[in-house]
Amino acid sequence: MIQAILVFNNHGKPRLVRFYQRFPEEIQQQIVRETFHLVLKRDDNICNFLEGGSLIGGSDYKLIYRHYATLYFVFCVDSSESELGILDLIQVFVETLDKCFENVCELDLIFHMDKDRVDRAGCVTQLSPRSCSYKAAGTLRRGFARMYTGSVCSHRLCPQPPLCHCWKERRAAGCLTWEDPVVSPVHYILQEVVMGGMVLETNMNEIVAQIEAQNRLEKSEGGLSAAPARAVSAVKNINLPEIPRNINLGDLNIKVPNLSQFV
Amino acid sequence: MALRMVKGSIDRMFDKNLQDLVRGIRNHKEDEAKYISQCIDEIKQELKQDSIAVKANAVCKLTYLQMLGYDISWAAFNIIEVMSASKFTFKRIGYLAASQCFHEGTDVIMLTTNQIRKDLSSPSQHDTGVALTGLSCFVTPDLARDLANDIMTLMSHTKPYIRKKAVLIMYKVFLKHPESLRPAFPRLKEKLEDPDPGVQSAAVNVICELARRNPKNYLSLAPLFFKLMTSSTNNWVLIKIIKLFGALTPLEPRLGKKLIEPLTNLIHSTSAMSLLYECVNTVIAVLISLSSGMPNHSASIQLCVQKLRILIEDSDQNLKYLGLLAMSKILKTHPKSVQSHKDLILQCLDDKDESIRLRALDLLYGMVSKKSLMEIVKKLMAHVDKAEGTTYRDELLTKIIDICSQSNYQHITNFEWYISILVELTRLEGTRHGHLIAAQMLDVAIRVKAIRKFAVAQMSVLLDSAPLVASSTQRNGICEVLYAAAWICGEFSEHLQEPQRTLEAMLRPKVTTLPGHIQAVYVQNVLKLYASILQQEEQAGQPEAAQQATQLLLERLPQFVQSADLEVQERASCILQLVKHVQKLQAKAVPVAEELSALFAGELNPVAPKAQKKVPVPEGLDLDAWINEPPSDSDSEDERPKAMFHEEEQRHAKPRQAEVDEEELARRREARRQEQASNPFYIKSSPSPHKRYQDAPGVEHIPVVQIDLSVPLKVPGLPLSEQYVKLEEERRHRQKLEKDKRKKRKKEKRGRRRHGSLPTESDEDIAPAQQVDIVTEEMPENALPSDEDDKDPNDPYRALDIDLDKPLADSEKLPVLKHRNAQAPKPPEKEDVPVVEKKSKKPKKKEKTHKERSRKREEGRKKSTQKKKKHKKEKEERGKDKKSKKRRPEREEATEPVQNGAPQEEPLPPMSSYCPLAENAYVKMTYDVQGSLQEDSQVTVSVILENHSRSLLKNMELSVLDSLNTKMARPEGSSVHDGVPVPFQLPPGVSNEAQFVFSVQSIVMAQKLKGTLSFIAKDEDGATQEKLDFKLHFSCSSYLLTTPCCSDAFAKLLESGDLSVSSIKVDGISMSFQNLLARICFHHHFSVVERVDSCASMYSRSIQGHHVCLLVKKGESSVSVDGKCSDATMLGNLLEEVKGTLAQC
Repeated sequence: MIQAILVFNNHGKPRLVRFYQRFPEEIQQQIVRETFHLVLKRDDNICNFLEGGSLIGGSDYKLIYRHYATLYFVFCVDSSESELGILDLIQVFVETLDKCFENVCELDLIFHMDKDRVDRAGCVTQLSPRSCSYKAAGTLRRGFARMYTGSVCSHRLCPQPPLCHCWKERRAAGCLTWEDPVVSPVHYILQEVVMGGMVLETNMNEIVAQIEAQNRLEKSEGGLSAAPARAVSAVKNINLPEIPRNINLGDLNIKVPNLSQFV
Repeated sequence: MALRMVKGSIDRMFDKNLQDLVRGIRNHKEDEAKYISQCIDEIKQELKQDSIAVKANAVCKLTYLQMLGYDISWAAFNIIEVMSASKFTFKRIGYLAASQCFHEGTDVIMLTTNQIRKDLSSPSQHDTGVALTGLSCFVTPDLARDLANDIMTLMSHTKPYIRKKAVLIMYKVFLKHPESLRPAFPRLKEKLEDPDPGVQSAAVNVICELARRNPKNYLSLAPLFFKLMTSSTNNWVLIKIIKLFGALTPLEPRLGKKLIEPLTNLIHSTSAMSLLYECVNTVIAVLISLSSGMPNHSASIQLCVQKLRILIEDSDQNLKYLGLLAMSKILKTHPKSVQSHKDLILQCLDDKDESIRLRALDLLYGMVSKKSLMEIVKKLMAHVDKAEGTTYRDELLTKIIDICSQSNYQHITNFEWYISILVELTRLEGTRHGHLIAAQMLDVAIRVKAIRKFAVAQMSVLLDSAPLVASSTQRNGICEVLYAAAWICGEFSEHLQEPQRTLEAMLRPKVTTLPGHIQAVYVQNVLKLYASILQQEEQAGQPEAAQQATQLLLERLPQFVQSADLEVQERASCILQLVKHVQKLQAKAVPVAEELSALFAGELNPVAPKAQKKVPVPEGLDLDAWINEPPSDSDSEDERPKAMFHEEEQRHAKPRQAEVDEEELARRREARRQEQASNPFYIKSSPSPHKRYQDAPGVEHIPVVQIDLSVPLKVPGLPLSEQYVKLEEERRHRQKLEKDKRKKRKKEKRGRRRHGSLPTESDEDIAPAQQVDIVTEEMPENALPSDEDDKDPNDPYRALDIDLDKPLADSEKLPVLKHRNAQAPKPPEKEDVPVVEKKSKKPKKKEKTHKERSRKREEGRKKSTQKKKKHKKEKEERGKDKKSKKRRPEREEATEPVQNGAPQEEPLPPMSSYCPLAENAYVKMTYDVQGSLQEDSQVTVSVILENHSRSLLKNMELSVLDSLNTKMARPEGSSVHDGVPVPFQLPPGVSNEAQFVFSVQSIVMAQKLKGTLSFIAKDEDGATQEKLDFKLHFSCSSYLLTTPCCSDAFAKLLESGDLSVSSIKVDGISMSFQNLLARICFHHHFSVVERVDSCASMYSRSIQGHHVCLLVKKGESSVSVDGKCSDATMLGNLLEEVKGTLAQC
């Protein structure tokens, strides 16, 4: 069972907090803080397991985390989960996020970190341990093959990731874009990966298909708020020049369009 | 109206959406809390609006605030409103918010039942999916009960997406509503073979989670999982299954044996590290469960260790960590195979990753031997010096102490070395573990008598350099070692070389800066030291020196009398008075040393930490009863503080009594001893920590250490432990040389057949430097042998300990929502249709193999129902054997826990399927015959051999005279007359079980075989060859396998009409029908198909496939049994056996 999934940035700001066991809000925050301090102390080149101990649940529980650029993804799991499997699951989750928010920059960084270490052939064995897959699932293996081997891998390393070419089509197909509030979608994606503390789906294509179907449905319903509200909300920000060019929502850098046209 | 609408939509335009909120929080870094409280006010306004879109937007923002730590439970009702919106967009927001903040204490949650039910049955799979996801986070017992049936229906939904989610959520439902497990289980099991891999994976996931908590109930699924394991290619599923097998094998060792091969194959073939690691882990679990009395699996162990070595050598820190983790599991059962990788593990100590170093330390703990201890500790000491960061250094320190002190200092051959290690550790700066070192020093000095002289010498040096230790590390707790040093120097002061000097050191003004409890020990031990100085000087006839010591005390003690610490002050003033008294006597030249040292005469003995707890409460003693009448409740508040104060005064007064003169003291002590002697509750055998008179009885009983010192104990100053390592090496070398010489001589005598043997040195070869007897910790005579570690009764998983193989009762149906005049949609009992039939609907596969498989599965199921009980018993026994080898394990079947939902009429009497086989003065044999599951003509005879003699029984061999029909399976190559060896030895008082396989041709008749058990009984007087004859009885029932059968299939079987009929009747039975059936089920391997009042139909199947059906009816005092079976002879014999059983009822 997965007991909790925490995502926070390098400063300990929570980006996603999901507990599968009831804790009061203040305890949740305390757990996030303590977990942050635990993982912050750890170098990037040491192992990704931590015995959680008193934090949640006791000695049966482990913290398994991955650090991607500015984000920590921490899973708290008990002994029924395979440690390496969970590491792969985090990878699936992150890649799914990446796929669903195609113009996400921070998450893209992850895949370029090992740039110098991956040759054009993209042989998996030469990857740094950090991004090496433990291949928990056959389906996942396919996903990773796409990611790290053959031509796709070299695509990934080219200045423009292949997804950029088709992002307009994907947006038309109901994929998430920066216009949608970010926090809830991350939850919705997580819900398709883990349900009630148990792994629901590990095949990235299935997950993405589900999410896209849901988003299409949402689009057809007109979304949460109609267009006028959005326009006005931009106007409401009186200090127009101070609007940041890049808004960090859920640590997903989102480019803000030039708002001058509204003024 | 229209205006209001317009106004509303204009208002809405100015509402913040989630992005605005996030942006706003970023822009208000300084006054975030204020900004958020503003936002919450706005949200509250928004929630009051009619528009569901506005509400949804508000709830969406609340969900974000919840993540930041704000309580949003006040909006629970609004969340429900949003959940019930018709649009998916809003519904999803509502369910997300609910899943984040609803819990069992949310009172409005009961309002959701109907809404959720509606969403579950919604035509849109997205609505259903979102409801399932949300529900999985906030399901309560009520929701679980009410919705269980709806969810179960969804498990057969056409969309795999919904099936998958429904299967997963069932686990949560089971947890909250355990009664739903049995009715839902058949369908869950069905999902294991769902065509969609996601659903299959979910089902595996749920069953693994269930089985992890209560593995024994899921043994029957082992064959199915085995099949999945060999056929599945999904690594996620494989990992789960392999983990599950790891939990099952301890309960069923035979399963383990079958697993080894496929697992080994997987290990060889897989490229996925995660799968490889889990395989290795499970193989280890299997090997652990097989480790008792099984042929060696050294190949498998080697394979595991090799693979783990690869993991550990990998540059990936994660693999390294896991490799070490798994290695420590092997270490417990096969330390030898791990010890050969010592180099690798020592290497890991140098790793930059702290978690890996800690894992390696854990491993080292189990790897030390007499031979390697010094070397390993030396390495660790080097690490202590290098280590950065106090946490890791402290961890190292505790590990060093753990390693050295484990199992009663088992590995220490040289205690001087150990003391020097401890002394070296005191030089550590900033450690928190001063008390640990102190405790070790005290423990060693008290328990290893031979070391005292050395220890005292070391401690006096430590005391001498005390200002150094104390000043630099006062705040770090290392000064705790001074506590031990002072005590040891005082208690064993007779060993001190220069007692005056130590006395002086202990009375330095600097001492007053130490913590109070240490000062107190100083003061107390100053007196002990003083007493021994007086004695020495008086004996030497130097009263001046004695008076000098007195003078020193009189000068220095006042500084302690002024101490702020009460304990110190009190002790110091007592002692000061005493010394003044002594001074007066000294002035009159009266010898006082004798009397003074009598104060501290007597030995201290270590008492086991649990000794007190283990004293059984004597009969008739009620510990909870009041000794005095409790104070009446009418006591006014004012009186209470007074009483407390009074008590406190008394407590203060007590120590003052110490000032009473010696005679009085002695008298009181004597009186107390007498009282203790006659007091049954006083632990007599363990001397109290109080001092006794020298001539007190009891000291003689203490095991006294005899030491043969081969190393001179004189040590100048603080020795380095390394010197000892060198010394030790030399000594061992010498020993070895001598031994080699001896060997050579022998060899020369014998001849020159064998060339020089490898220079291996086993642990046994190393003789300790000092012959040290460690004084064992004492235990009260009648101590209870066991440590009870009861499980937590509040464990939520306990409720799921449910027998899943029993047919469903009517009362267990899931509650179904009914319309007043509509029929219940589908009774869940239909779920129980036998798997065989369901499978036939599936597209045609190869029919033959298909049948075989389903049969195998059925066999597996029934095997486990039988084995389950038996196995539990065995486990209990083994546990008992370990704890108290003397106690004879009871061979009685404990009644199964009362099953959920099916209340039993009366508790079942204990039953055992093991019948006595033979018994003589040495050994008692009981046996049980079980049909084999794999082969249709094999039975397994499990023989329990119990050694009730005082000799070790070995070379046991079972030989049986084969008949034409029944033959014993012997190892290949042995002749018909050879016996089959029993794969274990039996120490006195131990029992163990051996299994033998027999092949049978015809099973319609009962069989008898004659046999002999031969063994060698070995005790101190010598060994004797012994024999025991027995007669194995194979009843017809033993060829039957408990096979569940549903009533439909049963009816069909009876209809077919090709069964022969027979019946019996037994009179004079008083036992209840329930128990009667239980007996038939248990002894004859039947299962109840259906039971109506006092009439029941039962079914069983023989290993060769004969169907046996029984109809049991109970009259007033008689029972009639009608039987139908495909073989008339077999039926006749079976009924005779049943009759025999019934006659005993």
